[in-house]
Amino acid sequence: MKLAYWMYAGPAHIGTLRIASSFKNVHAIMHAPLGDDYFNVMRSMLERERDFTPVTASVVDRHVLARGSQEKVVDNITRKDAEEHPDLIVLTPTCTSSILQEDLQNFVDRAQVESKGDVMLADVNHYRVNELQAADRTLQQIVQYYIEKARKKGDLPQGKTEKPSVNIIGISTLGFHNHHDCTELKRLMADLGIEVNQVIPEGASVHNLKTMPQAWFNLVPYREIGLMAAQYLETQFGTPYIDITPMGVVETARCIRKIQQVINAQGAAVDYEDYINEQTLYVSQAAWFSRSIDCQNLTGKKAVVFGDSTHSAAMTKILSREMGIHVVWAGTYCKYDADWFREQVGEYCDEVIVTDDHGLIGDAIARVEPSAIFGTQMERHVGKRLDIPCGVIAAPVHIQNFPIGYKPFLGYEGTNQIADLVYNSFTLGMEDHLLEIFGGHDTKEVIHKGISADSDLSWTKEAQAELNKIPGFVRGKVKRNTEKFARERDLSQITIEVMYAAKESVGA
Amino acid sequence: MTLADTQPQALQFECETGNYHTFCPISCVAWLYQKIEDSFFLVVGTKTCGYFLQNAMGVMIFAEPRYAMAELEEGDISAQLNDYEELKRLCLQIKRDRNPSVIVWIGTCTTEIIKMDMEGMAPKLEAEIGIPIVVARANGLDYAFTQGEDTVLAAMAQRCPDKAPVADSEKDERNAIKKLLNFGRKQEEVKAEEAEYVDHPPLVLFGSLPDPVVTQLTLELKKQGIKVSGWLPSKRYTELPVLEEGYYVSGINPFLSRTATTLMRRRKCKLIGAPFPIGPDGTRAWIEKICSVFNIEPKGLAEREAQIWESLEDYVKLIRGKSIFFMGDNLLEISLARFLIRCGMICPEIGIPYMDKRYQAAELELLEKTCQEMGVPLPRIVEKPDNYNQLQRIKDLSVDLVITGMAHANPLEARGINTKWSVEFTFAQIHGFTNARDILELVTRPLRRNNNLKDLGWDKLVKEDARV
Repeated sequence: MKLAYWMYAGPAHIGTLRIASSFKNVHAIMHAPLGDDYFNVMRSMLERERDFTPVTASVVDRHVLARGSQEKVVDNITRKDAEEHPDLIVLTPTCTSSILQEDLQNFVDRAQVESKGDVMLADVNHYRVNELQAADRTLQQIVQYYIEKARKKGDLPQGKTEKPSVNIIGISTLGFHNHHDCTELKRLMADLGIEVNQVIPEGASVHNLKTMPQAWFNLVPYREIGLMAAQYLETQFGTPYIDITPMGVVETARCIRKIQQVINAQGAAVDYEDYINEQTLYVSQAAWFSRSIDCQNLTGKKAVVFGDSTHSAAMTKILSREMGIHVVWAGTYCKYDADWFREQVGEYCDEVIVTDDHGLIGDAIARVEPSAIFGTQMERHVGKRLDIPCGVIAAPVHIQNFPIGYKPFLGYEGTNQIADLVYNSFTLGMEDHLLEIFGGHDTKEVIHKGISADSDLSWTKEAQAELNKIPGFVRGKVKRNTEKFARERDLSQITIEVMYAAKESVGA
Repeated sequence: MTLADTQPQALQFECETGNYHTFCPISCVAWLYQKIEDSFFLVVGTKTCGYFLQNAMGVMIFAEPRYAMAELEEGDISAQLNDYEELKRLCLQIKRDRNPSVIVWIGTCTTEIIKMDMEGMAPKLEAEIGIPIVVARANGLDYAFTQGEDTVLAAMAQRCPDKAPVADSEKDERNAIKKLLNFGRKQEEVKAEEAEYVDHPPLVLFGSLPDPVVTQLTLELKKQGIKVSGWLPSKRYTELPVLEEGYYVSGINPFLSRTATTLMRRRKCKLIGAPFPIGPDGTRAWIEKICSVFNIEPKGLAEREAQIWESLEDYVKLIRGKSIFFMGDNLLEISLARFLIRCGMICPEIGIPYMDKRYQAAELELLEKTCQEMGVPLPRIVEKPDNYNQLQRIKDLSVDLVITGMAHANPLEARGINTKWSVEFTFAQIHGFTNARDILELVTRPLRRNNNLKDLGWDKLVKEDARV
């Protein structure tokens, strides 16, 4: 057992659900107790999703515990098949069903007989993998399923597309700024004259998965989701994949050069150097920013970085290599991928921390006292407590990290966004610090704290205590309304009864 | 509205498939740890439970909450680790870091399935570490959302002191601690004039409410000369009320049936079955019922109710004649529907996770009476609803307002259907005369908002025809 208040990566089934509900017309059925369908709330709230999240539960209750699911799971699958005609239903195990050890594959096989759509069991073990690993695995599983299905039917398209083309693999629902990144990557591909063959899983149809082998190469922008699918396609069709995250000026250039190499090897004759040069020097502002005197002021400032492998590694390189900021430590909660992370950031920070214990991270921040933190929402709150500004760079995130405006982290526009994020974090910190030294914006002493400073009314002790229970931001209003109410009625003393009578009369 | 012509004679109860969205009952720790200030809640479960709490509680998680997960790992599931030793290790850590007066173990689906004997281990460990351990099995196999509080309070009811021979000195001692902790603030309260109260058997109220609402309801009864001897739960675990055989108890929330049963059967208390003090009509009926049990002639209640209704008129006129549909997820549905029907709304369907017809008898009776008096058809009450079927019915009925969980709210709004997020009713202050306005503030908010936007021409924001 582990005492835990907070976790960075969610349970396995969340990963599977993220993949399933990213596809179009794929439905997930969770084998789970009542209340485990919280995923639907998250998707509907965080993504402000307009459509019903295609996830339902086949509820595990006392009866299931006593007698097994029996027909229940099969019925739920066939019912959903008839109601919504999904292309694919993914039966999703949860922690509960993992220990019940029912033969879910058997349910899937039986349901498949009666269903028009395809039915599949997500192959994830709740106690062995987390959200990200499960997402990676489920995506690979679905791709493999449809490739093999097409192969069996003999309608697997042969050969490559005429022009250079790419599959972008790993864009998913509830992913950190994934939608904006996807748009930016498509723009980048258009600039490079590369056709986008498929984007999976977000918005993709499973029927089109069989065309994936036609792409010249696969691009996996995020370390956590998509690698398994790309590796599968490489072993099956020899399609090369590129797993360089185009985040930051240098890495974006590295990614583009790799693309050039990969497609030239297949007979394209492209040279992207001019494009990289043009973008770097004049279109993206990040390179100029790092040369400007603003950024000079950041030189040697201390920062710490924490997040998933992709964003933490990329951010560390940007801060250190492109802005001259001193990254004291960089860390990730993707413990299963620690070696890769160490190798990526080893030369760009003093220390590498790999942990999923937020307490340890909090302590490590307090110990270092950086000028800015780049981390998840958890680190933002640590920063609040310690009065250190924080830029959020990775999940887990809150609703404010699903902005409506265009805010990619990848590609050339991404470099601009990141420059703003970094700069705003540091200047806010500086401003705060200066204010402290010079004693605040307004050095005049505050004489009156409220409009009723010279009140002729007396509050009884209980009423005062009651007033103090009211949240600070409305307390003043309640106090004023109550005193107004008392004055209108010539009451000289305010009791609890008067307070609530006032509340009832004004509805405040 | 199409069903106005078929007025059924009595309330209809139906039961669907139970395929509905609600919060897991472990969410009760979020409000209970705040209510019981010296408690620590330990949820013994998996990452799934932790992930739910972390996301559902939003910003609260960052306020150093007095709750945590005892996260079960593979070794715990396969019994390679000794669960007693593991829990002991964690509880000692909690004792060292937080020193609570009570640790509440929340059992989950996983502890049920692996049959972890929490009730058996708790007394042993309690003796060993010297902190009371209360066990509540608030899991999703058996319960929905607010029923979590019910399981915790039912377990707490067993821990309320009974009148032992040492009751007086114990009481003094308890008061001494109380005085110490409150810096003497409670002294006046203790000295309160007994003369203000009618002589009646002790009354203990059960249900967790924010402190201001406790004060309001206590004062409301005081006006009738009724003294509230205690609340279950109280602000601190060390202040749990005395429960003697023959005490009267009354519930303030509709989801407390296990607690009520425990109080009656195990503590030999007498339950006052009344409608719940939600809305001015409910509050009045609640007080009247308590008065009638104690043979007290209620004073000034009719005027008080009328006065509240008058102050609500600006809100009531926004919803009068409109229809409301409860999808059902928190068991407050019957009381809220009853109040809103009194406000002039029409309610075709009340979804509810679980319907205890005995515990809610008085509330159901008041609902029926309210419908008759308002001349509206009786709603159908759907226990264990099926959300998918409900969405079809919502579409067919074209209701004016749907009270639903967050999973459905945005998709419904995108299809031009007004919604109010049901969970807010469990966290807002909705009890008593004073807070009736707050209920209507919530109910009318979507209507007021969408009124403001109605001329903009973008009420349906999905492309294909609503695929519900």
